[in-house]
Amino acid sequence: MKILIKNGRVIDPENKVNQVMDILIEDDKIAKLAEDIKLDDAEAIIIEAQNKIVCPGFIDLHVHLREPGFEYKEEIATGTRAAAVGGFTSICCMPNTDPVIDNAAVANFIKERAAKSGVVNVFSIGAISKEQLGAEITEIAQLVAAGCVAISDDGEPVTRANIMRNAMDYAKMFNIPVLLHCEEVSLSQGGQMHEGYYSTYYGLKGIPAAAEEIMIARDILLSKITGAHIHICHISTKGSVELIRKAKEEGVNITCEVTPHHLTLTDEIVGTYDTDTKVYPPLRSQEDLDALIIGLNDGVIDCIATDHAPHDFEAKDCEYELAEPGISGLETAIPVVMSLVKDNQISIEKMVSLFTINPAQIMQLDRGNIGVGSIADLTIIDPNLEKVVNPDEFYSKGKNTPFKGQNYTGWPVLTIINGKIIANDGKIVNE
Amino acid sequence: MKLANKDLLGIKDLSKEEIDLILDTAMPMKDIIRRDIKKVPTLRGKALATVFYENSTRTRTSFEIAGKYLSADAVNLNVSTSSVQKGENLRDTIKNIEMMGFDVVVLRHSMSGTSHYVARNTNMHVINAGDGANEHPTQALLDLYSIREKKGTLENLKVAIVGDILHSRVARSNIYALTKYGCEIRVVGPSTLMPPEVERLGVKSYYSLDQAIKGVDVINVLRIQKERQLTGLFPSLNEYADLYMITPEHLKEAKDDVLVLHPGPMNRGVEISSEVADGIKSLVDEQVANGVAVRMAILFLMMGGN
Repeated sequence: MKILIKNGRVIDPENKVNQVMDILIEDDKIAKLAEDIKLDDAEAIIIEAQNKIVCPGFIDLHVHLREPGFEYKEEIATGTRAAAVGGFTSICCMPNTDPVIDNAAVANFIKERAAKSGVVNVFSIGAISKEQLGAEITEIAQLVAAGCVAISDDGEPVTRANIMRNAMDYAKMFNIPVLLHCEEVSLSQGGQMHEGYYSTYYGLKGIPAAAEEIMIARDILLSKITGAHIHICHISTKGSVELIRKAKEEGVNITCEVTPHHLTLTDEIVGTYDTDTKVYPPLRSQEDLDALIIGLNDGVIDCIATDHAPHDFEAKDCEYELAEPGISGLETAIPVVMSLVKDNQISIEKMVSLFTINPAQIMQLDRGNIGVGSIADLTIIDPNLEKVVNPDEFYSKGKNTPFKGQNYTGWPVLTIINGKIIANDGKIVNE
Repeated sequence: MKLANKDLLGIKDLSKEEIDLILDTAMPMKDIIRRDIKKVPTLRGKALATVFYENSTRTRTSFEIAGKYLSADAVNLNVSTSSVQKGENLRDTIKNIEMMGFDVVVLRHSMSGTSHYVARNTNMHVINAGDGANEHPTQALLDLYSIREKKGTLENLKVAIVGDILHSRVARSNIYALTKYGCEIRVVGPSTLMPPEVERLGVKSYYSLDQAIKGVDVINVLRIQKERQLTGLFPSLNEYADLYMITPEHLKEAKDDVLVLHPGPMNRGVEISSEVADGIKSLVDEQVANGVAVRMAILFLMMGGN
């Protein structure tokens, strides 16, 4: 099986490639990269990619697939399809399912379900603590043996510092990152939005930036004494950027991610009381947003991850305070971040790194670049395609997006995974 | 002239002209309340539902009687003991009310933004009778009416709002309304009950009561919720009263013709002394009468034609 991609602009930051060329895929591997590849094979699929951007397959290291336990919000089948049409070839799924991915049996279940009903590469993240209760650490060796690539209690912070310390210390043996949801709950409890002028103006209880920053500071200190690789999830404040910048300068083994919504939306939009704007950490101020963009450009922030948090209709069709937090993000990530590229806030090369080689390195996945012999995971973007976000067309069961109705230019148009075309023009192929 | 929007969700959405229109319309309404026969046929055939998810006697009764004086049929839905306990969601409750033919729903809810949510999901007029810490527009309008009636104008007055600014929808709606008239607004209360960046709302903030009320035309005293003490926001009602209770002594700092308002119900001896509450500068009783008149005006402007 051969696929020849013609005349696309290939952007592969890891191999310092940014030029118009052809890519030949044979079976599940990249066979050749060159200008104007000629092929006599009548069986080969030829893809014309002129004026399109051809990248290594995008990787989202922070996704909630909801299965098992919350299949009414998302299933592995629907979530992975959302990923594929959204341009992602690999995703890492968070363990806050029911049951929690806190033992090898659940991790194996995810692996089997992903093989059977999924359409993208799925890598599980095991829990830090049993049932995510923050009391006892999980069987990390067995989780890793079952394929888990990291540990996290995402959704909840590990409140007790000694448990966090032990988890970091123990995880270090297996050379996996510890993904941290940083939140001091006594400060954030009951909060609906970012604490600041707009929480005053809209009369909603605020979540101070310090609720995030205090925990990041604690975990940086714990990383210093354990040496563990910590990865801070969904950073949202200027102070978080500063803490991580300083830690990196000091040589702490730390990486972090930011979401597309924290890069593009501010707390001002909560004024409609549209529950799709409710997310934790909350949408922050313009000052925070500006600091996040700077953090992307100077390398403090390592990658963009969606924190895809799909919800059922009822979870959002209610009073603002009662609504569950979260944004369904897989199918809007690329157009939303492309809007930053269009505004010259980040370069296209930067964007591709943030979605490919950087998350691959954080999670130690042998992906994220287009070298001869590497796995043929590719994402093709049409930078000129203009479309309005319509949640009714999402493959995800989660229609909860504050980007609904917005017009974006720059969408994924083709997703190739392990040498097979999985999504084409916003549709899963052969379905 | 009519109101621009289908609903009255907050002062934020009203223009100064609309506020003037409501206050002007409330004047003849107040005359109706003072008549022997307190009924006009203006809203005959219209139906009003009060739906209060938070306890309130004054506001709910005020809306009901305002509707009845205008000949609308006014019904109170006892939501706390019916649908909520059976697990019905808000959208379904509102849909039921709509299907019964009601024209306007008056909603009180402990959560900010709930009237916005309801307004998006119904064709009925929605009047926000208080949502969380966001807004209580009819309270602000009756406060403005009461002030204007005594002072003759709202322009450029000095107004102090005293107490729990952080949790107060009355404070917010008053601020949004009075800033439209160029008033100098001073908010005063303990630092723990002052919302972040409050001065960006166009007010000055104070911790000292005496400083805040120096030379003011109006003092609007907020009710202190006793349960706030349990969450550690202030140490005791006793200390709160020491710092912020309005007494005749404090009134000497204000202008001679200062007016004292309170949205009720009052905690006498906590945020306001009885001498002030019952004194000649107090507008507390008049506010209740004006509340009915202002609500009549709003119902009339929403549903009554020209």
